[in-house]
Amino acid sequence: MTTAVSLAAINFNWLPILPLLVVTAGAMVVLLAGVRVSDRDSEGLGWLSLVVIAIAVATSLPMLGAQQVTFSGALVADDFTVFFYIVILLAAAVIVLMSLDYVADEGLPGAEYYALVLFATAGMMLMAAAGDLIIIFLGLETMSISVYILAGLARTDVRSNEAAMKYFLLGAFSTGFLLYGIALVYGATGTIKLHALSTLAVGASPMLLLGVGLLLIGFGFKVAAVPFHMWTPDVYEGAPTSVTAFMAVGVKLAAFAAFLRVFLVHLLGVQSDWSIVLWVLAVLTMTTGNIVALMQTNLKRMLAYSAIAHAGYILVAMTVGSSAAGAAILYYLLGYAFTNLGAFAILIAMARRGHPHETIADLRGLGTREPALAGAMAIMLFSLTGVPPLAGFVGKFSIFSAALNAGYVWLVVIAVLNSVMSAYYYLRPIVAMYTDTGGAEVVRIGSRPALIAAIAIAVIATVIIGIYPQPYMAASTSAFTSAFGKPPLATTASLHP
Amino acid sequence: MVPPSYFMGLSAVLFCIGVLGVLLRRNIIIIFMSIELMLNAVNLAFVALSRAWGNVDGQAIVFFVMTVAAAEAAVGLGIILMIFRNRETVNADEINLMRW
Repeated sequence: MTTAVSLAAINFNWLPILPLLVVTAGAMVVLLAGVRVSDRDSEGLGWLSLVVIAIAVATSLPMLGAQQVTFSGALVADDFTVFFYIVILLAAAVIVLMSLDYVADEGLPGAEYYALVLFATAGMMLMAAAGDLIIIFLGLETMSISVYILAGLARTDVRSNEAAMKYFLLGAFSTGFLLYGIALVYGATGTIKLHALSTLAVGASPMLLLGVGLLLIGFGFKVAAVPFHMWTPDVYEGAPTSVTAFMAVGVKLAAFAAFLRVFLVHLLGVQSDWSIVLWVLAVLTMTTGNIVALMQTNLKRMLAYSAIAHAGYILVAMTVGSSAAGAAILYYLLGYAFTNLGAFAILIAMARRGHPHETIADLRGLGTREPALAGAMAIMLFSLTGVPPLAGFVGKFSIFSAALNAGYVWLVVIAVLNSVMSAYYYLRPIVAMYTDTGGAEVVRIGSRPALIAAIAIAVIATVIIGIYPQPYMAASTSAFTSAFGKPPLATTASLHP
Repeated sequence: MVPPSYFMGLSAVLFCIGVLGVLLRRNIIIIFMSIELMLNAVNLAFVALSRAWGNVDGQAIVFFVMTVAAAEAAVGLGIILMIFRNRETVNADEINLMRW
């Protein structure tokens, strides 16, 4: 069976890729401008990156409600795409804000740093907009290769070296699985277009199921689901803190965007085949993440395990697979993004060159020395625990209620028990901040306006998304439902010859 | 004509050799070579499937995969070089400041 591709059906619509072009071109401009800037005063390049991101956000907004497809369905510009474009760009903006001082302090190469952040952002956006499997692969690699370099950017720091190596080897390894999965799905269906997969039904060929399983492994690595999480703690601990934040938020957003679009939108026909696997993965991920996090003394490592646990909660909603669960994931990711950005920004505020100050012991007495910083940290940790009325609570609540409505009682019971367990390790730093004394000496936060702005954005977003969730929930719902929009122009390969 | 299943079988075998290489060998460069073997096994699968289906999607993908593999090799070898400069080893077991 030959797929007839008529040239007339290839529509070159530039609107959906305009934000991508802006970010990519901006990255190149930053790289070129960096030739004339020394690493000590790379702050200007950071501001330039912020301008690029702002333009990209402005060019994303006209796509809202457009529901367009371009390049023969290779890129999809629905509200789902726009939602992730904007959240990813906002996350990148906060990352740049928190990096302005940090990059210069740590002596990281500024031009490369900001350019790579923008390149990685472009890759993430590509993953969110992907309409076929190969674009997912390309976006994933654009993102990953940039982040491999970012993780090892502190060239003389052996821990950063080690983080880069581990992330690179396991990332490339997982890419192999993802790619083999794509090959088998292509072999079973004769197409790489995602919308063509929507017509598949239960009882699909073993080749397809094997392919879907391998895709699951590939995505599992990227979202750090147990048992594919081994790299996460080491990489998060070793990488420069701002890069860790970028990995914990940006990479995860993009990976879940593609994961959601493939599994919850286009592979719903074979849901009964993969949901049981996700059930097991979700339980393993939540439980392992939370149990191991209990024993951590290093905050970056603890946040790594916490990120694993949160991936587990999201996998709970993916197991359910209903549209309420899909919307809940989008909302959850929004809250998760700002909460983690805030937590890592505070770790950056604690650090001084050569003194990372990232253990729980370093936080002791912060409540009296830097009350504002300690308060912000407490809000972030409460949100991660899921204390009302913060974003983390509403996110968890909507995921759990979606799962309950779909009848996954045991899964919810396990998730709630996990959530209770997580309170222990999230509250430990708070207790240290307000009851103990004698922690690390912190640089006065007042002298670093950009970092204050980053923390303030994260705190305000976490609180507002939590207290006034309706507009964000509505946006999540409409974004998720728009992913089920009409299939693009007819270039669909026939599935059964 | 050799039936597609032969190619798929060979590709599966190559892929498994690659996976085993990553899991069993301790030299970072050998691990990296095994990963490249996995990617090339996938390329073989794509080409064979492309022929079996009679469309060019699979062959087009191979070009993307090769490009990405080249980019990955550039970055990966750079990272390995950096490790060797600082630690004078390319043994994965000795690069263990943080637990795996």
